[in-house]
Amino acid sequence: MNNSKNFFEIFSLPEAWELDFEALDTKFRALQKVLHPDGYANKNDFEQRLAVQTAATINQAYQTIKNPLSRAQYLLELKGLDADQESHITSDGQFLMNQMLLREQLSEIKANKGPKQALTALSIDANKTAIAIQNEFASQYQVEAYNEAFSTLAKMQFATKFVNDISELEADLEEL
Amino acid sequence: MALLQISEPGQSPQPHQRKKSVGIDLGTTNSLVATVRSGIEAILPDEQGRDLLPSVVHYIPEGVSCVGYEAAEHNSTDPLNTLSSIKRLLGRGVDDIKTLGDTLPYEFTSDEGGMPRINTAYGVVSPIQVSAEILRKLAGRAELALGGMLDGAVITVPAYFDDAQRQATKDAATLAGIKVLRLLNEPTAAAIAYGLDTEVAEDESQQRLIAVYDLGGGTFDISILRLSKGVFEVLATGGDSALGGDDFDHAIANWLRIELAMGETLDVVEQRILLEAAKSAKQELSQKEQVEIEVLETALVLTREKMHELIDDLIEKTLKACKRSMRDAKIDVNSIDEVVLVGGSTRMPSVSEKVTELFGLKPKCSIDPDLVVAMGAAKQADVLVGNNTDGDMLLLDVIPLSLGIETMGGLTEKIIHRNTTIPVAKAQEFTTFKDGQTAMSIHVVQGDRELVSDCRSLARFELQGIPPMVAGGAKIQVSYQVDADGLLNVSARELSSGVESRIEVKPSYGLSDNEITQMLQDSFSHARDDMRLRGLREQQVEADRMLEDLRAAIEKDGQSLLDDSELQCLHLALDELQQLRENSEDHRQLAAQIETVGKTSEEFAARRMDASIKQALAGLSLDDALK
Repeated sequence: MNNSKNFFEIFSLPEAWELDFEALDTKFRALQKVLHPDGYANKNDFEQRLAVQTAATINQAYQTIKNPLSRAQYLLELKGLDADQESHITSDGQFLMNQMLLREQLSEIKANKGPKQALTALSIDANKTAIAIQNEFASQYQVEAYNEAFSTLAKMQFATKFVNDISELEADLEEL
Repeated sequence: MALLQISEPGQSPQPHQRKKSVGIDLGTTNSLVATVRSGIEAILPDEQGRDLLPSVVHYIPEGVSCVGYEAAEHNSTDPLNTLSSIKRLLGRGVDDIKTLGDTLPYEFTSDEGGMPRINTAYGVVSPIQVSAEILRKLAGRAELALGGMLDGAVITVPAYFDDAQRQATKDAATLAGIKVLRLLNEPTAAAIAYGLDTEVAEDESQQRLIAVYDLGGGTFDISILRLSKGVFEVLATGGDSALGGDDFDHAIANWLRIELAMGETLDVVEQRILLEAAKSAKQELSQKEQVEIEVLETALVLTREKMHELIDDLIEKTLKACKRSMRDAKIDVNSIDEVVLVGGSTRMPSVSEKVTELFGLKPKCSIDPDLVVAMGAAKQADVLVGNNTDGDMLLLDVIPLSLGIETMGGLTEKIIHRNTTIPVAKAQEFTTFKDGQTAMSIHVVQGDRELVSDCRSLARFELQGIPPMVAGGAKIQVSYQVDADGLLNVSARELSSGVESRIEVKPSYGLSDNEITQMLQDSFSHARDDMRLRGLREQQVEADRMLEDLRAAIEKDGQSLLDDSELQCLHLALDELQQLRENSEDHRQLAAQIETVGKTSEEFAARRMDASIKQALAGLSLDDALK
């Protein structure tokens, strides 16, 4: 496959935050149907390797642009802002303070192994925050305010990690 | 109308001849082989009409005396030379034996590779060799039934098998002389077998969420799949590769031991007797409310309720894994449309009751839970070998456990997360720590725990030949690739100089390629002619496949994708291959020409793939335009 294509071009989709998920899914499946290694199991080594590599690229492209955080990161990367994970931080003091408070709440629930209602409330709250940050990113990206968007990306990383940690704890508590 | 092509008998490959493919379920307790005949999957039974082959191998000083039912008869009389449940040791390390050791009463010796080996009357054998004996027996059964050498096989593995366990399974197949088309996850195989039901096909737009609960003799898997328009997409998988019916037997045997007032340490024969008694009691309790057990001249009564109590914790563990997988798949238990039961242990009423309770659905088990995996594997093998070209099935499976590397302080850094669709590739950049540093070691682990010591060590990679630079000057890109079998490959490159770093792979467990080659040679050493003939036959099959394949490709795309001189080059190489195929008795000569043709056709293959990608997307835009 042509390596110069970016992940959006692979699916012939516009390079944008807003994504037609239905089109992405359909195209992903159509591509995998013609190049998944299963279609090459009876071919020679070279063709098998080629299929594995190409299918891996398609999978990576699909995952990257489907997931909001990696999509945001990738969009900025394409604009020349290399968003290497955790290497940049947000300067929004209010946001950081808020995150610390939320983290404390989570640790408390973790230490007390509950209550579940508090965790559920925290989860709803965290998801709302995550969506709000995504919207913030969307509007900044829309007006080509890439530096501001870059700073919002840092917040997005915090918020996503928090949502993931909550769901990890939910799973742990469920298994007790 | 196209004219029929008729060739001299025995001269030219017959195009469109059905290829011989099988699906093999290599189980902890029993193994099976199945194939597709006239579009229908069928288990291939042995000469006595028995479907199952007990996964048991008996050794005598001269070698393997028997495999299967006959071998199982030696269970109590010659326990140390009668190897069963060997799958539990596949791809495992010496340390794992400490936890499994009690349940597998063999004489272990370890070697420098860290892989456990077993002392038998014949000598020291590895779990891979023992598994190869079982596979060889099944392949022999299939070759007899299908009348010739197999073109390829799909071998199933528990979805929760890690890289080392998968690699060990593939090595066992190589040792048995089987061409592996794919390692297929057992629950996915079961879904394929059930997916053939017409229900899904009736309404094309319909999406179904399926949970496959697979409890076998030694392993437990749960997979959550989405089925739509011929696409089988695994959303999440989970399980325990050391939990199964064997553990139920041990729990019951332990109860027997206590009831019989026997000490903590039993000799091997006593252990086997208690286990056999426990196993048959467990099986009987699937039909009855209570059984009388006569063991060591004592009679005991075990009720279903009591047994339930003994194994309840184990079942509870499987239910937890189910919940975690649904969470991973981001779906609610209520949205599951169907639950499928796989594996002999799901015959136990207490298991199916608990599963029913968890999902709020009556599980499906219309296909025999012992046979369903092999049947799905046969179906997939038929597709992969190229017999079923009009089938529109796509299978998207996932990696069951995260892959990571060791970082400072013995922590893991995840590179590829669990439940990522495979194949998948990730690259990572490293730099040097000291001035003039020319080597670097990387420790790859698999698992989802934070500490390296809690994960599975897969391999240590030694990167050498890094050009000496100031600290932080060199940029080494390490690429990790997981293929469709769920197997990992690693490569590394120094970016600033472009020097390809040499990688030395030291698998933490398992056999090196050299060891496999040696074992293959050993197994053929007393039959040199056989080996030569088999080698020639294999190359001939490969040549036929290549000729047929490339001629069809040229017919279709040769004019549009190749210029005249490229086309001529390819034709020349093919003609020479045809010539050798018909006249050469030397398998090495044939192999060399196969490689030449392969090289000559690489660019053509790449262009064909590009063209098919363009066509796939163009086809979709056309669909859109027609809407």
